[in-house]
Amino acid sequence: MSATDLLIRNGHVVDPANGIDEVCDLWISNGCIAGVGKFDSDAEQTIDATGQVVCPGLIDMHVHLREPGEEWKEDIESGSRAAVAGGVTSICCMPNTGPHIDHAGIARQIIERSGQVGLCNVHPIGAVTKNLDGKELTEMRELSRSGCVAFSDDGMPIWHAGVMRKALEYASSFDFMVIQHAEEKQLTKGGAINEGWISTQLGVPGMPAEGEDSMIARDIMLARRTDARYHVAHISTKGAVDLVRTARAEGLKVTTEAAPHHFALTEEEVLGFNADAKMSPPLRTEADRLAVIEGLRDGTIDVIATDHAPHHEDDKRCGLSCAAFGIVGLETVLPVSLGLVRDGVLSLNDMIAKLTSNPATLLNLDSGTLSDSAAADVCIFDPDATWTVDRNQLVSKGRNTPWHGKEMTGQVTHTIKDGRIVFTDGVVVG
Amino acid sequence: MKPLKHLFGIAGMEAEQLEYLLNLSESFVELSRRPIRKAPTLRGKTIINLFFENSTRTRTSFEIAGKRLSADVINISASTSATTKGETLLDTGQTLAAMQPHVLVIRHSVAGSCEFLADYLDNTSIINAGDGAHEHPTQVLTDLLTWRCSGGFKGKTMTMVGDISHSRVARSHLLAAKLMGYTVRLVAPKTLLPAHVERYGCEVFHEFDKAIPGSDALYMLRVQTERLTDNCCFPSIREYHEAYGLNRKRLKAAGDGCIVMHPGPMNRGVEIATDVADSASAFILNQVEHGVAVRMAVLTALCGGQQHLGRPGRSKQMAVEAMRGQGSLI
Repeated sequence: MSATDLLIRNGHVVDPANGIDEVCDLWISNGCIAGVGKFDSDAEQTIDATGQVVCPGLIDMHVHLREPGEEWKEDIESGSRAAVAGGVTSICCMPNTGPHIDHAGIARQIIERSGQVGLCNVHPIGAVTKNLDGKELTEMRELSRSGCVAFSDDGMPIWHAGVMRKALEYASSFDFMVIQHAEEKQLTKGGAINEGWISTQLGVPGMPAEGEDSMIARDIMLARRTDARYHVAHISTKGAVDLVRTARAEGLKVTTEAAPHHFALTEEEVLGFNADAKMSPPLRTEADRLAVIEGLRDGTIDVIATDHAPHHEDDKRCGLSCAAFGIVGLETVLPVSLGLVRDGVLSLNDMIAKLTSNPATLLNLDSGTLSDSAAADVCIFDPDATWTVDRNQLVSKGRNTPWHGKEMTGQVTHTIKDGRIVFTDGVVVG
Repeated sequence: MKPLKHLFGIAGMEAEQLEYLLNLSESFVELSRRPIRKAPTLRGKTIINLFFENSTRTRTSFEIAGKRLSADVINISASTSATTKGETLLDTGQTLAAMQPHVLVIRHSVAGSCEFLADYLDNTSIINAGDGAHEHPTQVLTDLLTWRCSGGFKGKTMTMVGDISHSRVARSHLLAAKLMGYTVRLVAPKTLLPAHVERYGCEVFHEFDKAIPGSDALYMLRVQTERLTDNCCFPSIREYHEAYGLNRKRLKAAGDGCIVMHPGPMNRGVEIATDVADSASAFILNQVEHGVAVRMAVLTALCGGQQHLGRPGRSKQMAVEAMRGQGSLI
């Protein structure tokens, strides 16, 4: 072993991509994985991971970094720091920046900037349509060559059925995946929270589940016709989970992701007009939450992704109806997802797969694995450690979390990127 | 009885508190008919009426209520306020609170505005004069005082007709009915009913005529004509009046003892026919008169200085707890 080596000893190594799920050591050399097993020799640097889980660095395929354009909410550096504080070493950033990621220059600029920050991989998601206005397709091939790993107008749906058909046809010609923010705006117009008994009591305009379901139903028909890879972002309703399950059973290339808030929280969080529980799609009913959990359990939902959406306090402190949509998620994704393991919904291996190997497969990323000679992106966490979320202590610039003051079980102790420790003892390094 | 610091809405309130306010209101009805309509109760108190939505009767009612009790009353309306210069609700609220008023009376188009502001203002009582489609508690007290003065509401049935979806008065009544022991029937097409409204424990009708027998009070909500064009909520004024308007024939079907109420302002010939509005069954002007008394009572309860009504009071959390667990309101 050499001076650059790092040995992580005696941890519970979970690497879904390689079927590893055992207590052993992880050897890192020259920034790459050098092996999983039992190693007697000493490295320059050793981490005793006894009682801890050692897994590939997490991948969050749904993040809003806000740079360029809204750097007061978040930027590539603060978002990267928040990511590694949450054990995440690869993020996909959505194109609703200003300017949008609808041309190659912006994609390259984001990748270059994230390289300078050097904390985690940042993979841009390219826009499907120019200006995200749902009319003209972007130069997807050029965006792909510039580093975009998938395409979405996230924040906005691709609402026009004709444009969506063409987008799916064009994208699938090159095996690109289209990610849809499914929201029929004609049904959700003016809405702030889930439409139902809670919205009725609060007198706040609602967004019906059918706003999400109807667009997914339409899109699945178009995906069938076009044989396209269609991915539903932040799935939140029972109806949507059922639609995706049926489409997959049919063999369509339909996939989806769930955000931690949609499987951990319900619309009751907005009682008291809590703007930090407002996002789109909104928190739904308990029946919807349980359907999302069932989708995670039976494999309908491949991926856990946060929809990390930092906002400035000013955009949230104006009453529930006026507040911006979105919550931060990078720093709480792991403990919230571990709840699925504690509740017996998923094995630890399957939960980690939804945050590593599954998104890597969907997006053709090299990361999300502890394979020999892969880049040494590693997350080490104590599954039993408890801590309390304090919105003022978040690494992200965003303070908009519904988990403020809540106790979390499961804490990231180390995040390693390319063999370098970038987060330890609660502090982002470098 | 729990003391009141704020009046956000009926949610989270106790029957005893509502009874207390109604009893107090009755004495103020009498005061408002004396030759000298002034009491020193709130001398030295400052009340700011902060209205972000247009209002004539509610604002005037609060203003007269404060003045009859010798408070200093300041009116601020959206058109003259700093909001037109881009100031946020929070900044406007904090700025006014820094001038140390005892009470802020707020009307705003956003549901939850009062609870939202109260989180940031420590020393000011807030009265909700209508927040979006959420609550309008002083209107409900006004209606209950009127109903009580014309026969009582215990065990009676109120049939409320019109745009329930966008009505803060409807929500406050649906909550008050549980507490105070009357029944609410709702009458509207589905386009004007919010989701799961039956969970309030009310009866829901789409045909007005079917809801009329057994009604003790007919409560006609104002039709906002912008709902017609913006939201396709109903096809025409003509058809609305035919289906849901209160005319002489329907009033007759309701029987002699049935009273008619309306929170105003009325659209004559739309939700209510002129001859009905002007009939002996209409208690609409009584509501207006009682509104002043009710607001005098609320102001007195919040800052009148009675020991047993002192601070601290009902918190937002109580309203949240009242709604949490979906059966709790039924």
